[in-house]
Amino acid sequence: MEYNIGIDVGGTNTDAVIIDDARNIIASVKRPTTTKVSDGISQALKAVLEQVSINRKEITYAMLGTTHSTNAIVTRKHLLKTGVIRIGKPAGMAIEPMIDWPQSLRSAVSEQTWHIRGGHEFNGKEIFPLDEQALTAAFEQMKGSIEALAITSIFSPVAADHELRAAALARKILGEELPITVSHEIASIGLLERENAAILNAALNSVARSTALGFQQALIDEGVTEANIYLCQNDGTLMSIDYSIDYPILTIACGPTNSIRGASFLSGHEDAIVLDVGGTTSDVGVIKQGFPRESSLAVEIGGARTNFRMPDLNSLGLGGGTVITIEGDEITIGPESVGYRITEEALIFGGTTLTATDIAVRLGMSSIGDPAKVAHIDRRLAERAHLQIMKLVQDGIDSMKLSKDPVPLILVGGGSLLISDTIDGTQCIIRPEHLGVANALGAAIAQVSGQIERVYSLDVMSREEALGDAKAIAVQEALKAGAQQETIRIVDVEDIPLAYLPGNATRIRVKAVGDLKR
Amino acid sequence: MYRNRQDYIIIRQEDYMRLLDEQAIEHIALGASLLGTGGGGDPHIGRLMALNAIRKHGPVKLITPDELPDDALVVPSAMMGAPIVIIEKIPNGNEFITAFKGLEDILGKQVYATIPIEAGGVNSMIPIAVAAQLGIPLVDADGMGRAFPELQMVTYHLDDIPASPMVIVDEKGNSVILKTITNNWAEEIARVCTVTMGASVMISIYSMLGRQVKESGISGIMSFSEQIGRIIAEARKERTNPVNDLLSLTHGYELFKGKITDVSRNIEGGFNRGLCQISGLEHHSGSSMQVSFQNENLMAEKDGKVLATVPDLICILDADTSVPVTTETLKFGRRVVVIGIPCDRRWRTERGIETVGPRYFGYDLEYTPVEQLAGEEEHHGV
Repeated sequence: MEYNIGIDVGGTNTDAVIIDDARNIIASVKRPTTTKVSDGISQALKAVLEQVSINRKEITYAMLGTTHSTNAIVTRKHLLKTGVIRIGKPAGMAIEPMIDWPQSLRSAVSEQTWHIRGGHEFNGKEIFPLDEQALTAAFEQMKGSIEALAITSIFSPVAADHELRAAALARKILGEELPITVSHEIASIGLLERENAAILNAALNSVARSTALGFQQALIDEGVTEANIYLCQNDGTLMSIDYSIDYPILTIACGPTNSIRGASFLSGHEDAIVLDVGGTTSDVGVIKQGFPRESSLAVEIGGARTNFRMPDLNSLGLGGGTVITIEGDEITIGPESVGYRITEEALIFGGTTLTATDIAVRLGMSSIGDPAKVAHIDRRLAERAHLQIMKLVQDGIDSMKLSKDPVPLILVGGGSLLISDTIDGTQCIIRPEHLGVANALGAAIAQVSGQIERVYSLDVMSREEALGDAKAIAVQEALKAGAQQETIRIVDVEDIPLAYLPGNATRIRVKAVGDLKR
Repeated sequence: MYRNRQDYIIIRQEDYMRLLDEQAIEHIALGASLLGTGGGGDPHIGRLMALNAIRKHGPVKLITPDELPDDALVVPSAMMGAPIVIIEKIPNGNEFITAFKGLEDILGKQVYATIPIEAGGVNSMIPIAVAAQLGIPLVDADGMGRAFPELQMVTYHLDDIPASPMVIVDEKGNSVILKTITNNWAEEIARVCTVTMGASVMISIYSMLGRQVKESGISGIMSFSEQIGRIIAEARKERTNPVNDLLSLTHGYELFKGKITDVSRNIEGGFNRGLCQISGLEHHSGSSMQVSFQNENLMAEKDGKVLATVPDLICILDADTSVPVTTETLKFGRRVVVIGIPCDRRWRTERGIETVGPRYFGYDLEYTPVEQLAGEEEHHGV
């Protein structure tokens, strides 16, 4: 028998599961997330292994979804001093790199930026030839003062060669060991957002290295010596240790993604809406062919606007601990919440605060705590409060749907007892078992993928050639991420003709997914 | 008698002769996204260019048209090109040094001030960056009072101010000077040049004298935009609803409130055309609205009855945040408020309607002001 271990670090809990090769959960634990995240991971790992007596050498895969990168950006700690190169001069000079970053993040990451002559037009023509002399001078000047390098060239998603040549030159001058991020590997069109993502990715290199190596060591300490180790990305797929050190930014927001994927697996639905109701907030996500839908808008991380792929989530200010205020005829839902103190503060637990959970218990939707403690609440008032709660949920779900066609709704999270079975636009409502560890399960069942998003000019090649090229690159990326060649399939192809642009420009996005190599 | 926005603006003298700082720029950018009526390009890049320029060169002096000497040379500054290129190939910032030098050589006169062509979208912000960088004043006026997709759709054109000489400059330092026989020719030739120069360029067009700005400009529009932005920003901070304040400032009408049920789009002749269906909420429950757009919102119909058409402003706001929604971000499920705002009176002249009225955009329909259409509705409605 072979086993997978999946661990997911959340804001409150670090969860771990062990599944067998038929994907049955054979052990699961919840441990509090610790300030030093790695401690919580070790504790959860130890506890979940103690639950079962299996040969630890039969654990062949270990997957970790963690918040190390997000925490580093939010707290501005352990970030590398990153040299910022923007290629495209004389274009691009009207807005300095990192202009709208919070000062604290900027000074934690970088002090100096360089504009270098070069870059491309939308059709792949050079704005100017790459100025290697200026690059050499910049790299010489950086020697000894930077710990990482981010290179962004104008229209690199269309033509990447200036970024690649600059990176090669940097390795020659600054050494093979310097972590270098080239922007076209991280994100797409939108210079400032892509550059922001590239800079953050470069600055996270050492955090990513210590996370990955720390996890490896924790496993060895527990006798799990034969496992292939992977980190979770925010699209529901995995990356190998080496890859995770090069692309740490892709781990940001992997937690909600794991939860959505785990919920989908538990319910057996590959196309659905997932509503994860926690103590303070709820997340609405969309699962499409077994993977979370990605956001098409710019997303802020630690105050910096970025455009790399992120799961499309709608966060609602509603959870089991949400405070309900009644003033005369007016009922207000939240936004305050008693959060994890619900077991002391909610009426049903002998507290003095009316919470959303109290309303649910009053209406007989759940029998936790002491229902007698809420029996005095006027039933019609409770019904009105619940209607308002359901309206919030209804609005949140509607805004994530792309059409009025009904879809299945999967409910997970401890707060899901608030939700009644009457929501417009849903085909059916599913409440799967093992709700509590959906996120760690999501980590344990993850596959690997490769993705490409690029603008092609259909004046130069046919649409089929362009799609073929994009698919080949996606498959190549999946192989690089550790996929087994025979199992790779293309799961997503998007082909958007671009308005305004001549030259028949079209943006093609392809994603390939495969099983892990055994 | 239609109420006119300008009657309101002109009395706000205290708003004039002052410096625009970072806060003012944030508000103008927000106001510009409302006046963009769904199009005009994302003001984000323009906003960052303006911030970059004033951090480097200091705040910008905003003057009223009345403060201009009659013979002062006033030159509009704007950006032209494909939105997807503008967000990737950021300008150099020095384009207007070249452009203004070119015009000065031809016109034999120094540039006194710059002015926006349009108050909506990215081009409301470019002149702020230009004024900061060149150390010249910015005139509190524009030629649209909103955003429109074509260069001849300006009040300057209505008063026969020639678009030419027009200067087109790219970030590489290339410049083209156009002298054309009509303003439509300027538009056509400029489009071709723009593509060759890399699909995003800076332009100067409709150079004017101070006295022409006083006659043809839509006065006070930057301050107006700033007031709109301030109302929305403050309401967001205090979590209140700014719609009523916006309506009283703009003399506008709430045309509808509802949930988007369908958005269909197609690309036609380089324009993003489409229809947005909204199903009513609250006091509009049971009704539906259809908004047609071509980059900008062009027509709003409630239950088949037209409530507003171009050139009046049709603005869609997010019902929760009251932030203006662009046509690209309209999507199923979003809750929105649609408001109609009277356009500048000059668009309501025969020539104005010919230039930007519903027929120009392909609707077989007489233009009727929003005050009549929506005012009547309010009267018979609720």
